[in-house]
Amino acid sequence: MSVLIFAELDEGKLKGSSKEAIYYGSKVAESLGTAATAIVIGQADSAELAAAGRFGAAKVLHAADSKLTEANGMAYASVVAAAAEQEGSTVVVLAKSSLGDAMAARLAGKLRAGLAANVVDLPNLSNGFRVKRSIYTGKAFAETELTADKKILAIKKNTITPEEKEATANVEAFSPALNDSDFVLKVTNTEKATGDVLLPEANLVVSAGRGLKGPENWGIVEDLAKALGAATACSKPVSDLDWRPHHEHVGQTGIKISPNLYIAAGISGAIQHLAGVNSSKVIVVINKDPEAPFFKSADYGIVGDVFDILPRLTKAVKAL
Amino acid sequence: MKILVCVTSVPDTTTKITFTDNNTRFNKAGVQFITGPYDDYALARAVELKEKLGGTVTVLNVGSADSDPVIRKCLAIGADDAIRVDAEPTDAFFVAEQIAAIAKQNSYDLILMGRESIDYNGGQVHGIVGELLGMPSISPVMQLDIDGSTAKLTREIEGGKQELEAQLPLILGCQEPIAEWKIPNMRGIMTARTKPLNVIPPAGNDTLTQVVGYELPPARGSVKMIPAEEAETLIRLLRTEAKVI
Repeated sequence: MSVLIFAELDEGKLKGSSKEAIYYGSKVAESLGTAATAIVIGQADSAELAAAGRFGAAKVLHAADSKLTEANGMAYASVVAAAAEQEGSTVVVLAKSSLGDAMAARLAGKLRAGLAANVVDLPNLSNGFRVKRSIYTGKAFAETELTADKKILAIKKNTITPEEKEATANVEAFSPALNDSDFVLKVTNTEKATGDVLLPEANLVVSAGRGLKGPENWGIVEDLAKALGAATACSKPVSDLDWRPHHEHVGQTGIKISPNLYIAAGISGAIQHLAGVNSSKVIVVINKDPEAPFFKSADYGIVGDVFDILPRLTKAVKAL
Repeated sequence: MKILVCVTSVPDTTTKITFTDNNTRFNKAGVQFITGPYDDYALARAVELKEKLGGTVTVLNVGSADSDPVIRKCLAIGADDAIRVDAEPTDAFFVAEQIAAIAKQNSYDLILMGRESIDYNGGQVHGIVGELLGMPSISPVMQLDIDGSTAKLTREIEGGKQELEAQLPLILGCQEPIAEWKIPNMRGIMTARTKPLNVIPPAGNDTLTQVVGYELPPARGSVKMIPAEEAETLIRLLRTEAKVI
């Protein structure tokens, strides 16, 4: 009856958010007096799979059928459901992500499982099975009891900091029968930025708004991000104006992020923008308008011209 | 083309969230409720597809009579009729079962909804409905066109986007820029008053989760302002004080 963790790969490597999920799952397993098993789908080498042990997985089930190379939430849900059945798992843990969200919802339907999304803390088992999850786009939390026998927890980034240990997981091949009905979507084109830090995975984020005056000025944002090893993001108006792609838009109707550091340059801080970023650990606001509402929600603020400040910050980072 | 659009009635995005009854109930006092912003995108695209291809758009909400203004607005924007399942939308599985029960009685070509509601942000309902109906579900969808019985669509993925083709019927969670939000005109508002809004009782009562209490995030400490001429100090503070770089 192990706790099952769906661990996601990005280009053959375990995603950082999935390492958090494995560690989180191993802590849940400890509380329940059982072990943690990770299910990994797609191509990865055996050393990478065994490394799941460093984060607390005793065992890794590896589904490497070549039909599963394309990220497919429906097929993945069927594989994870089969793994849960084989392992007798009643708790499934995963990290929130584009693929994880699609997978988790289908899995909840298959297993009639109670699903809590955006979980921000380990479960409280003293009175039923309760978790704290972020709601109203980060403006509040709900203590939620999962009343069904089967439970799925989709955890938000930075919910837990994994403590690594010297251990390797036993890797077992896992080859459940695949259903043709899960392979009915035909992918005709994929455009994905390569080599950059993925925004939902990033620990550090440099974001900019209309204060940058035009897409041609984004070089100073990218320079600071590159120096820090950060991802770049933007406000909704910037994405609406097509200065930046939609997958960089953070806020109420964009991506919600919870990095360690969020630097906002030339963003005034409308409540809808704050909603997407207010679970960041540290917020820095740089704006020439001292009355910008964002300063009220910041940890550090600089009133100044972004065209002057950003290059100086980049230089200071490089000098570290 | 027969389209079902599922909409939520949610607090306006500028709402200051508070709770009452010892933090066990959302405080509705003074709160303006709106159609879920993502649902609004789904509805706008549904109306555009209807105008182009013919057919009908039905709006579905699971909620109390408090949702009626939101539903009437959807009718004013161009939906033909509406169904309200008279129950509190307490849990994603419960809402998904209501949608699935209605979909089983009416063969829709498309079931559209927002990628997530902006109150609970679960983003689960489309996937659960898909599973209950044995139909494909895709989210978040940023572009949608219909060519005969084939849907051509674009979904967002981490760090990019992906184009897909799939056969109808489909369930889609939608987001911008699938369509421009529509504002009802006077004629729409007048005709919406006489369009059918059927209120039906819920099918079943299955919930798999239950909220037992709420809390607000702790307030952030006060902001530390750094003079522009000493901006470089920020980097040192981020390393030595905040310890994030």
